[in-house]
Amino acid sequence: MKMLFTSMAALFLTIPAIAQETSIDTTTWFDNPSTLTQTDGASIYAGVCAGCHMPNGQGAKGAGEYPALANNPSLMATAYPISLVIHGHKAMPPLGGLLDDEQVASVVNFIRTNFGNNYTDNEARAELVKNMR
Amino acid sequence: MSFNPEGVTRRSFLGMVGAVAGAAAMYSAMSTMGFASQSNWRGRLNLQGAPDNTNILILGAGLAGMTAAFELRNAGYNVKLLEYRDKAGGRCWTLRGGDSYTELGGFTQHIDFAEGNYLNPGPWRIPSDHFAVLDYCKRFGVKLEPFIQVNYNAYLHDSEAFDGQPQRFKEVATDFRGHVAELLAKVVDQQGLDEAVSVEDAEKLVAALKRYGALNDNLDYVTGSESSTFRGWSHPEGGGVDGKPEPSQVNSLSEILNSTLWRNLTTGDNLHMQSTIFQPVGGMDMIAKGFEEQVGELITYNAKVTRIHHEGDQVTASWISADSGSNEQTETADYCICTIPFSVLSQIDHDFSPRMSKIIDSMPYASAFKAGIEFKRRFWEEDEHIYGGISYTNLPITLISYPPYNMFSDGPGVLLAAYPWGAYAYQFNALSPEERIDKVMEYGSQIHPQYYDEFKTGASVAWHRVPWTLGCYGLWQDREADYQDATAMDGRTLMAGEHISYLPAWMEGAVLSALDAVERLHTTITEI
Ligand SMILES: Cc1cc2nc3c(=O)[nH]c(=O)nc-3n(C[C@H](O)[C@H](O)[C@H](O)COP(=O)(O)OP(=O)(O)OC[C@H]3O[C@@H](n4cnc5c(N)ncnc54)[C@H](O)[C@@H]3O)c2cc1C
Ligand code: HEC
Repeated sequence: MKMLFTSMAALFLTIPAIAQETSIDTTTWFDNPSTLTQTDGASIYAGVCAGCHMPNGQGAKGAGEYPALANNPSLMATAYPISLVIHGHKAMPPLGGLLDDEQVASVVNFIRTNFGNNYTDNEARAELVKNMR
Repeated sequence: MSFNPEGVTRRSFLGMVGAVAGAAAMYSAMSTMGFASQSNWRGRLNLQGAPDNTNILILGAGLAGMTAAFELRNAGYNVKLLEYRDKAGGRCWTLRGGDSYTELGGFTQHIDFAEGNYLNPGPWRIPSDHFAVLDYCKRFGVKLEPFIQVNYNAYLHDSEAFDGQPQRFKEVATDFRGHVAELLAKVVDQQGLDEAVSVEDAEKLVAALKRYGALNDNLDYVTGSESSTFRGWSHPEGGGVDGKPEPSQVNSLSEILNSTLWRNLTTGDNLHMQSTIFQPVGGMDMIAKGFEEQVGELITYNAKVTRIHHEGDQVTASWISADSGSNEQTETADYCICTIPFSVLSQIDHDFSPRMSKIIDSMPYASAFKAGIEFKRRFWEEDEHIYGGISYTNLPITLISYPPYNMFSDGPGVLLAAYPWGAYAYQFNALSPEERIDKVMEYGSQIHPQYYDEFKTGASVAWHRVPWTLGCYGLWQDREADYQDATAMDGRTLMAGEHISYLPAWMEGAVLSALDAVERLHTTITEI
């Protein structure tokens, strides 16, 4: 009986967890037609980067592809993701117009420390972003 | 209206006109997004005399690829096309009940629209000056019907104005025109523009403005039968005892200027939106099907091009099956026309010149989003008397377009329920298909409260998640500097497609670029 109870409890716990994963909180979204209004790295990622790099940074492949940001050693040097976000490259559009310096720094710090990346050194700062524009 | 002509000097009046005109001009420049040139179609091609055994390979079977195939095959060339998808048409595409669509990331939608209903996720309207596309429709028997751009009974909506209540287009249009006409008429009537307008012209101008703006005999734009004849009555004209109409209340100029509603008053005046414009009966992909009937047998489907290289006077494309399951195969030809969008081409192994490579690598594709929602009944017709046309809003859905087909039918209808660009489009792209529909419902229900009661099903296409374009249309970073070089033969290959045109994001641009490539290629070959 006890066994059954705990496994049911586990079941009840996992259902909302899954549901949460698929329903994103969009209260800070859709506030301006030409810029992103989210401020923290996770929300900025979810609001723009996830459109291409996918919600868990896993990337995607069809005739064209979006590289995975998960477990990505290219994120080691802080300046590289900053430069891509501001200026774009190939099929990645420049996003420097959608995001201000603070937002670029936040989202770069987010991808460098999530999805299996653990680059906590050389944090991106708005100053650096500004100089790289 | 609070305007007092005595209190306004000529200078401040002209300044005011300038401010209004400047804002309007700025907006129209924004909304046309540089899409404002007419087609340079010069009539049907009739190429003759292809040398025997000349092989042309065409990459991509969208409208550009199929146009090139059709014309070159007719000229006597051996033509083959390689296409990634299991169908032709590319962006010229329609989703119907029974279709399923898997976007990048593996999100799959099973479309559940009723028979006869559809969503055009990409192109949805054909201007009457897009001569090449219209001519192919005529040749291939693709039936066209009017697309309704302007509907005076549709809405203009601003969540921050008029207590968030949608206003009928006819009301806002009449009020704006009336107030502007009144201002100008009164200034002219008082010789306020004596330097700019002669006395004789001034009289005519006042008469014209009176008619144009629905002004009364005092040149006032006010509540009354003159204005209601255009903006509608509060109690409508009728028959019998109750037949006498009551005028509706006009809005003040200030109310309209302080809303965003004036921004979409001239959208339908844009060169490419001017009535009459068209759509194919049954969905935009009827055009793709028309082409496919002609050249379908030349197409290898499910073929993902992975490499393009030149050797001697030959060009070879390597390809694998679209699911990446098969071994690499190759196709060699004397010449190639490449219509693969540059977003995708930039990721393909190739040996184009450094100059061409640089151009390919500098063209990201725009973000765009469309959602179609099917409702159990056509409440916009039954409850609100809106037949076709477009409502515009400042909400992130940007617009709602009402189906200009099967009007007055019972049963379900599909609205184009969202079509944003820019930051809003990026954010819709980042949501799952279910979350997008939830958001579209949340916003759309602020304009049509029937949304939740009448909801049946929804479908959406987020263009950055389209596996075979990675976006909506090609954005030149420096078109002035790069365009001509992108049209040049590189090795044995010519580029064609929407991106190689000054009509970007139009099918006409794709077709014209292909016609131009084909003509130049034929000249090159036959002059050797
Ligand atoms: C949201 C939206 C709205 C639009 N509205 C309008 C409108 O109202 N009116 C209008 O006229 N136009 C409109 N357009 C523009 C129109 O759709 C395009 O200009 C036109 O369809 C582009 O044709 P194309 O042949 O150049 O490219 P595509 O149609 O993109 O064709 C390219 C083909 O290449 C294939 N391909 C890609 N990669 C590979 C590979 N590796 N190997 C093999 N094949 C590959 C693709 O599958 C595709 O079939 C709109 C477009 C969008 C996205
Ligand atoms: C419209 C699609 C799109 C969006 C949105 C997008 N990217 Fe990208 N991103 C790409 C593509 C395509 C590439 C590959 C570019 C190339 O080929 O050089 C890329 C590459 C990258 C890379 C380099 C990866 C590597 O391995 O070299 C980083 C880092 C990156 N993106 C971060 C971001 C961040 C952060 C955001 C959000 C602020 C973002 N991207 C939004 C399409 C996108």
